[in-house]
Amino acid sequence: MDPMAEIRETFFQECEEQLAELESGLMRMEAGETDSETVNAVFRAVHSIKGGAGAFGLEDLVHFAHVFETALDLIRSGRLDPAPEAMRLLLRAADALADLVRAARDGGSTDQARIAGIEGELRQLTGGSGAAADEADDDFGDIAFAAVPVAIDAAEERPAAPGWMIRFKPFADLYAKANETALLLRELGRLGPTRVTVDPECLPDLAALDPEGAYLTWTIALDADCSEEAVRAVFEFVEDDCELVIERRQPEGAAVPEPPARPADQPSDDEILALLRNAAASVAAPEPAAEAAAPAAASAERDHPPQAAAEAPAARSEASHGVGATIRVDLDRVDRLIDLVGELVINEAMLSQRVFEAGLARASAVVTALDELEQLTREIQDSVMAIRAQPVRSVFQRMPRLVREVAAMTGKQVRLLTDGEGTEVDKTVIERIIDPLTHMIRNAIDHGLESTEARLAAGKPAEGVVKLTALHRSGRIVIEVEDDGAGINRERVRAKAIENGLISPDAQLTDEETDNLIFMPGFSTASEISDISGRGVGMDVVRRSVQALGGRISIASRPGQGSTFTLSLPLTLAVLDGMVVSVDGHTLIVPLSAIVETLQPRAEQVHMLGVDVRVIGMRGGYIPLVDVGAALGYRPVPAEPEKSVALLVEGEGGVRAVLVVDGIQGQRQVVIKSLEANYQAVPGIAAATVMGDGRVALILDVDAIVSVTRSDNLRADACRVEPTLMPAS
Amino acid sequence: MNDVMTGGSGARELIAFRVGVQEFCVDIMAVREIRGWTAATVLPQAPGYICGVINLRGAVLPIVDFAVRLGLPRSEPSARHVIIVVQINRQMVGLLVDAVSDILTMNDNAIQPTPDIASDVVKSFVRGLMPVDGRMISLISLDHVLPAVEREAA
Amino acid sequence: MTKTILTVDDSRTMRDMLRMSLVEAGFRVVQAEDGVHGLEVLQAETPDVIVTDINMPRLDGFGFIEAVRRDASWRSTPMLVLTTEVDPEKKARAKAAGATGWIVKPFDPVKLVDAIRRVAA
Repeated sequence: MDPMAEIRETFFQECEEQLAELESGLMRMEAGETDSETVNAVFRAVHSIKGGAGAFGLEDLVHFAHVFETALDLIRSGRLDPAPEAMRLLLRAADALADLVRAARDGGSTDQARIAGIEGELRQLTGGSGAAADEADDDFGDIAFAAVPVAIDAAEERPAAPGWMIRFKPFADLYAKANETALLLRELGRLGPTRVTVDPECLPDLAALDPEGAYLTWTIALDADCSEEAVRAVFEFVEDDCELVIERRQPEGAAVPEPPARPADQPSDDEILALLRNAAASVAAPEPAAEAAAPAAASAERDHPPQAAAEAPAARSEASHGVGATIRVDLDRVDRLIDLVGELVINEAMLSQRVFEAGLARASAVVTALDELEQLTREIQDSVMAIRAQPVRSVFQRMPRLVREVAAMTGKQVRLLTDGEGTEVDKTVIERIIDPLTHMIRNAIDHGLESTEARLAAGKPAEGVVKLTALHRSGRIVIEVEDDGAGINRERVRAKAIENGLISPDAQLTDEETDNLIFMPGFSTASEISDISGRGVGMDVVRRSVQALGGRISIASRPGQGSTFTLSLPLTLAVLDGMVVSVDGHTLIVPLSAIVETLQPRAEQVHMLGVDVRVIGMRGGYIPLVDVGAALGYRPVPAEPEKSVALLVEGEGGVRAVLVVDGIQGQRQVVIKSLEANYQAVPGIAAATVMGDGRVALILDVDAIVSVTRSDNLRADACRVEPTLMPAS
Repeated sequence: MNDVMTGGSGARELIAFRVGVQEFCVDIMAVREIRGWTAATVLPQAPGYICGVINLRGAVLPIVDFAVRLGLPRSEPSARHVIIVVQINRQMVGLLVDAVSDILTMNDNAIQPTPDIASDVVKSFVRGLMPVDGRMISLISLDHVLPAVEREAA
Repeated sequence: MTKTILTVDDSRTMRDMLRMSLVEAGFRVVQAEDGVHGLEVLQAETPDVIVTDINMPRLDGFGFIEAVRRDASWRSTPMLVLTTEVDPEKKARAKAAGATGWIVKPFDPVKLVDAIRRVAA
């Protein structure tokens, strides 16, 4: 990739980080934390974005960022009060800035009217001071000179003579800033030939000489047909720290300037001035230092004190506030490592198998060593998986803005509370929960929360609360979205379900079952499909994408009080705890998380219903029986349940079935391999794995098999197995 | 000799293999490895030409019974059979064949067109025919060995 | 002899761009992320010129320049500040702290190299 394109990518990556910093900083300020460090960090975030944007010529972005930055600058210098209204505006400005950044990155368009509106409000806030100085310019003529009148003599009126006479007397300060006369003279020399003379007459005795003082006056005759600006530009950096006189001179007959007359002779006004200046300079030498110290002291509160330099260097880290040493690693490398460790686990299992087959005594040294190896391998696997584990914070961080937008669109007041952002989950899972979570939150605000009036009428506070929580529970990660709205309107849900033919009019459903009707396909109680939740994006889509992750979603509702969506996901998509079963000579894996219990069916428990449907009476009810061999097409005739082993499994939405298999071989943790990587999805099968004998075993898609009980055959579309599981090819 | 393609792109190396009495060949660049037969795990309700899947160093590899693909009866795989692992686009697939017979260097000029009387299936992946020492070897285009299947967005 | 430039800026993007421009111009580049880091790097390197941003966390440009000027070893090292700020107050402040000169962001690589050349012995 060409280097500029690479840097551009870096820039946009950095922008995302800055935008995140910006948002969290502004939110802290809104909550009352207006310490200088927070305010400065916020300012720097926008400043940084502006700087980079300028380098890439992103004019719209620069323009807006500049106005934004001006407002933030006023706050950080204490000239603007971070009142709640102002903070709300700044948060909206941050959203607008993010839109501009992404538009610049992806080439999309932005809502110009909205952004212009926010810009206008920012200008109002800053009293219009943002309007000035939009462009950076090189002109710093506003910096005061050490005033020395330029002697403009009649020579100016003559036709432009190609030559300049420069009288240059540096002050000690000039050297203190590491500028050097020699370099300046060298620069002048680039404009044209020069003749330089020096007047050392102000040089004191050696005893009185301050090695850092300045005592010399330089006179330079420059033969160059250039403008005065060009000459002055050479001294651009040192104008304040010297006496500078630039005069035109005639090329011919221009005498080499005589060294200034000795004081013994008739001193000119200039020379007296020079003398006085010089005297002042050596006395003044400590002053600039004092001046430097004063601003430093004044800003000591604002900036980190210079003592920081003497402190032990903090661990160098990529995190902006030194959270601890971290390094950036290419995701590919981590994935490769995880693949290799997966192989290690498989190989270790194969080794165990061979040893077992070789018939070594249990207590033999080899077996013991092998057990240790297994322990070690498991630990390595856990450690490696932990590398990719990330806190859900990165997902949660997107929610405040979403809440602001949806609240604005629905005209409701909403407050978002979050808890458990540090809960860790595999990176692969994190990326996949963003969409479902987004829909759930939109739903909670759009449908869950009542309008402000309705809330007030019900005696609730006008502001609705949406609470987002993440936690670990029984080896899974659980994410809850809770709102304090009106809860599910069960009458309406039931009516809608009947209307859509999802349930029969006289079906008896528990409250919980009624609530879960909203997950059925094609279900939407919104009278118009609101823009917010999107056309056709109902909770059924959410549920399917959650299921595709091996997760579950359910809802609990309290009328008048609110609803809670609970999302339960596996911690990782790469490994699975499974029960190894055999079906018609084939080895299959059934995910342990789906198994409720195992049983040995008795003949009298099994009943026929119709031609080919069988149910088993247990737990006070009747549960459909599924012969796995038949369902997968391994054998045409189902086995007899009483001669088999059965597993009571629970699929999505609490649907249960009893799966009939030939036998159970044991339980083990297996590494998930994708079928889609080299082949395609297979109905009824979720993924594959490699067993101890090196052979491939298939992992059952429990939900697909269970849904067989709801329809006659295993339809390919009923088992939408999206390629979600870790591809390990 | 009829030149089918004008301006042949030069020589290329091919691996020839045998299914029953017929011989075929594929571009050597697409071949990843050749291995002996391993029992494959059957996939439920798979098309007849898919024997199943095997473990290839951790990856799950589908095995295509080439005989079935041609319309011949299913192979009875045994230790004498060979699996040619090929790369087709981004996927790896194993072709179950009787044996590898030869490595050839052929010029594109030598390729004859597939006769029209061949079945559609055969025409879909046989690019052309080549005479070699009195034998006929059919050149396979791997892209169509596996019929296009609908894939979910990965 | 190849000159060494120390660039101090908290923006990765800026650091990359500075490096690109300077390396192309034949300089050797060492980098730091903020003022504190810059002082650490100075323990190990002896740059011919230092280019520093002003707004940085931990120790900003002003503080950094002042710290550098206080140390005899680096007192006479030319230091250029990078600034998008046109505020004369800030420029004056940088000068007062001891900056040798300045470069305005977004920087023109030619001007950057020119400024460095002008102050480098």
